[in-house]
Amino acid sequence: MDTTIKNSNLKSEEYFINMGPQHPATHGVLRLLLTIDGEIIKKVEPDLGYIHRSIEKMCERDSYQQIVHLTDRMDYLSSHINNEAVCLTVEKALQLEIPERVKVIRTIIDELTRIASHCLWWGVMGMDVGALTTYFYGFRDREMINDIFEETCGARLTMNYNIPGGLMFDIHPNFVKRTKEFIAHFKTKLPEYDTLLTGNVIFQKRMKGVGVLTKEDAISFGASGPVGRGSGYSCDVRKYHTYSAYDKVTFNESLKTEGDSFARYQVRIQEMWESMSIIEQLIDNIPEGDVQVATNAVIKLPKGEFYQKVETARGELGVYINSTGTKNPYRVKFRSPGFSNLSLLNHIAVGGKIGDLVASMATLDLVIPDIDR
Amino acid sequence: MNIALNITTTITEFLSGFMSEGVANIGAMVVIALIYLAIFAVAGLYLVLLERKVAAWFQLRLGPNRVGPWGLLQTMADALKLVSKELTGTVKADKFLYNLAPYFVIVSSLMALAVFPFTKDFQAFDINIGIFFLIAISSIGVIGILLGGWASNNKFALIGAMRSGVQTISYELSVGLSLITMILLTGTLQLSEIIEVQKNGWLIVQGHIPAIIAFMIYMIAGTAETNRAPFDMVEAESELGAGFHTEYSGMKFAYFFLAEFINMFIIAATATTIFFGGWLSPFGITESIPWLGVFWFIGKTFILVFLMMWFRWTFPRLRVDQLLTLEWKYLLPLNLLNIVLMALIVWLGLTIQF
Amino acid sequence: MSYFGDIIKGIKTLLTGMSVTGKYFITSRKGAITQQYPDNRETLKMFERFRGEVVMPHDENNEHRCTGCQKCEIACPNGTIEIIWDRQIDPESGKKKKMIDKHVYHLGMCTMCGLCIEACPTDAIVWAQNYENSVYDRSYLTKVLNQPGSKLKAGVEE
Repeated sequence: MDTTIKNSNLKSEEYFINMGPQHPATHGVLRLLLTIDGEIIKKVEPDLGYIHRSIEKMCERDSYQQIVHLTDRMDYLSSHINNEAVCLTVEKALQLEIPERVKVIRTIIDELTRIASHCLWWGVMGMDVGALTTYFYGFRDREMINDIFEETCGARLTMNYNIPGGLMFDIHPNFVKRTKEFIAHFKTKLPEYDTLLTGNVIFQKRMKGVGVLTKEDAISFGASGPVGRGSGYSCDVRKYHTYSAYDKVTFNESLKTEGDSFARYQVRIQEMWESMSIIEQLIDNIPEGDVQVATNAVIKLPKGEFYQKVETARGELGVYINSTGTKNPYRVKFRSPGFSNLSLLNHIAVGGKIGDLVASMATLDLVIPDIDR
Repeated sequence: MNIALNITTTITEFLSGFMSEGVANIGAMVVIALIYLAIFAVAGLYLVLLERKVAAWFQLRLGPNRVGPWGLLQTMADALKLVSKELTGTVKADKFLYNLAPYFVIVSSLMALAVFPFTKDFQAFDINIGIFFLIAISSIGVIGILLGGWASNNKFALIGAMRSGVQTISYELSVGLSLITMILLTGTLQLSEIIEVQKNGWLIVQGHIPAIIAFMIYMIAGTAETNRAPFDMVEAESELGAGFHTEYSGMKFAYFFLAEFINMFIIAATATTIFFGGWLSPFGITESIPWLGVFWFIGKTFILVFLMMWFRWTFPRLRVDQLLTLEWKYLLPLNLLNIVLMALIVWLGLTIQF
Repeated sequence: MSYFGDIIKGIKTLLTGMSVTGKYFITSRKGAITQQYPDNRETLKMFERFRGEVVMPHDENNEHRCTGCQKCEIACPNGTIEIIWDRQIDPESGKKKKMIDKHVYHLGMCTMCGLCIEACPTDAIVWAQNYENSVYDRSYLTKVLNQPGSKLKAGVEE
């Protein structure tokens, strides 16, 4: 979309604006250096590191049970899934056999976390494009999920419920009942969200054709999760590298091919429906059994490198542990989905307007602590 | 009580008891201006509270309810806070223009309030070019916005002010043309005469289809005039700070803020006067008690203000180029077609009269 | 002609959107999810597993169950717990035994991960459900969990 004035005597300059670290639209402390020409964006350069807390370095000092609680605070909206990623890596290295009950409960809580994260995403995205009421509707539904979690594991945001070897303690007796109530309630609310925002002509004009990402670009930038699936790149880790109880349930992978912001929006709404169907398939038949496998008090992984990927609400999270046989890991590295998704911001925002940048960033669903760790 | 409702003449006669004629006239104008200023400054504050409460009810929460019963003193507390703030100024800002800008917007808003007929004969300034005066005065507010943005010496403010200027001057066309559509039915620009004509049925009923189209266009364009959502790209917080009033604090910010709400009231009051019969009651049920007209007027205006608030809290914002596309490609052609349609209907005598 | 069709379709979607918020407006009296916080403290109950603060319950004889084994101190990831212990002569068996002097808990550093409570072999520390932990001076956040003059309950050693 080239709108530079050619062959004219008007001299216009580009100017440089800082969408600074504290900004309502950037979902965290992210600094964007924009070079704009009137209203058209010429270059976007993200500047990270404002919330770097050296989580990976702290993991080198802690034992394997202790590194789990640090991952809560990386991508705090899918904290349970982050914990599970580390626990699965350690369990894979120790070759532990996890009881069925643990797998099913982990999957149910994963999907509830995914719905909670998408609810918050929907609310905040509505607020970014200007519909200020959607924030409260999204949070109201997320509160019900937070109550479920609070009753079972005691915390609403940083759960720390998974440990290497299973769960810390058993689920509360009310868990199944509350989850079913939530599913019944949410099934009436999700069509309402569609009515309020999806069909709205103003919203569609803001989102359609904005921030287009082709499939080749998505693969080459390493986009994963709903961002990749909105461009037609089928990358669901739950299908291709199955873990926990995902091989027992049937669900469709939500794919769209247009690659614009509206496609990414629709993919996430579709994912919420799929998550609800997964929970419904599992909630009634949670197998009985233990919730923990006994491990040593001091866990020592065998020498080597271990990697496990999971699908968080943002995309593919990978945990790499390099162990030299001692009780602390030698190196832990997290491949965060947000980092790869942020790197394509320059590619999709150039040539658009500032309003388009805000809309594209809202659908990329970035959580900055995930990127900075 | 038997106070004559024609306040201008009442006060003039009262004052000419102890002053000469000319001085009494000027004295009457000053007194009426002060009364209006007092009433509408307070009304502006309560409109802000109403907006907060209405917004809260849309968002599943209760609004302010701690300061005073039902939160009635909340805006008083906010106004006191704003008055006590430090008046910052930027280095290298053009001091004179920076200080002058808020006065343009607040003065133009308050001047436009002078011509509204609140009930029979209860009007401060009844001139024969009523509507023309209204539209002309609301155009002056744009100068304040542009000056404020330029004089702040701030890139974000400048972008915001430019966007706002473009938006306001585009949508004024639609406002003016949709009002002209209704003038075809009344034949006069004087506001009290327009209400007299509506004794045969409100103008939106008299002009059925083109009047309804004109009303819809007027509401959309009026919302855009006051820089409210869904057209509030100008002051969109999630985009670039706070737009043209980023650098203002304290009382000057209060002027911009209050002016926005009083503008909203003016748009709604104009729509009430022209489309919905002003202070007339439906089917003339309380025609014999003229001072009830004030309540009908205020009631109808508040319904339209509520409609504008409903728009704000439901719709996403339009991007700047979409805003301008809406005006120039959709609203303006529709408006022109509508005028032709209305002219045809009046000429063929197809209006509905009671 | 699609010009007019687009306009009508657009207006229809806008009106359906308004109907959703309008519905919430009308039922706003009972649909409001605001909690009037400082006024409803009596009725506000946390769930029983809520992670508020780590406490050491004492029974009516001022006895607790902490043997000073330091397992919680080892399990804690960031040094929130410090156990100050001493070897003293146990009055019953006459042997030197490890006994706890002070169990220091830094509430300001605690990440509420729960590893200490899981590691404790005698269930000496549990979660309390208080959520109002803010103080005016940071030194109040360093708490000593065992009360002065308390001693270990008999029979906990096994």
